[in-house]
Amino acid sequence: MSRQSNRAGDPRKVNGELFTLTYGALVAQLVKDYENDEDVNRQLEKMGYNMGIRLIEDFLARSNVGRCHDFRETADVISKAGFKMYLGITPVVSNWSPAGDEFSLLIENNPLTEFVELPEGHNALNYSNILCGALKGCLEMVQMDVDVRIVQDQLKGDSITEIRLKFIKRLEDALPAGED
Amino acid sequence: PLGKGRPEVNIATFALLFSEIVQYCQNRVYTVPELQNKLSELGYHVGSHLLDLFFLREKGYKREIKLLNMLLFVKSNLWKTLFGKEADKLEHANDDERTYYIIEKEPLVNKFISVPKDKGSLNCAAFTAGILEAILNGANFPAKVTVHWHKGTTFMIKFDESVIAR
Repeated sequence: MSRQSNRAGDPRKVNGELFTLTYGALVAQLVKDYENDEDVNRQLEKMGYNMGIRLIEDFLARSNVGRCHDFRETADVISKAGFKMYLGITPVVSNWSPAGDEFSLLIENNPLTEFVELPEGHNALNYSNILCGALKGCLEMVQMDVDVRIVQDQLKGDSITEIRLKFIKRLEDALPAGED
Repeated sequence: PLGKGRPEVNIATFALLFSEIVQYCQNRVYTVPELQNKLSELGYHVGSHLLDLFFLREKGYKREIKLLNMLLFVKSNLWKTLFGKEADKLEHANDDERTYYIIEKEPLVNKFISVPKDKGSLNCAAFTAGILEAILNGANFPAKVTVHWHKGTTFMIKFDESVIAR
């Protein structure tokens, strides 16, 4: 069992359990600080958004991903490159809408929710809501306005965690004055 | 469930999360010491959950009962598992047998935080101090852990009388 402690860590990685528990401590604090679950959800989304708008730069710099030509390509990049790189998992992309503007990410082993049980009376809490914020933030920085929601949650007894992404519109570049 | 073992996440993910946490705490407090307390509380929460995980997995259910062994466990195993390396130094204070220091030149949580000039004393490793304190207390070595800027970051561990007496 000492195998783990004898190995030097990869300097680009941190212990996933430290991450999971740190996130847990944050959520527990928010639950204490706010009166209702909706406010906690909003706060988590906001923090995720802030993370997302910074994360995308790191992502674009480290991966050789060019511009995505359609939403399907975007979905692939999010699951196979984005989630893989930052959380070490690859969610399944599925449930496409006929118009191709909506899909789901199915997550089986959500690293955020390891060891987690929702306390009684917090049925409205979307524990992993930070992911929604992060996705929204990232996509906004590449000019996509996307609605991101958790529609199924393993913590609430669903068999899988499902995040639904719906493309709303392409954001126009706001160019600084004097440039075009 | 205990999980399979050693999942890892990108350091950037953790860094951004931690920086959000620091900002969130900062918005709800007025002074640097308050902020450090807040971070330490959050760390304590993390530490108390880590403790069982550690003893189950790394030590095969055995807990340390000797103070020195416990400290060495913290310096090497705990540090390695959490931060990928041993802590730089473990020292015993000359003038006080209750006080030990763990010295770390560049703690993980400080790597990404630039301290604003007007808050010079801020040390986000208070978070790590909280983890440490929870683990020591949980293992029945009651102690107070504080964080200081000295040769990098120093965690000052001050044990209860009862720990030294036994």
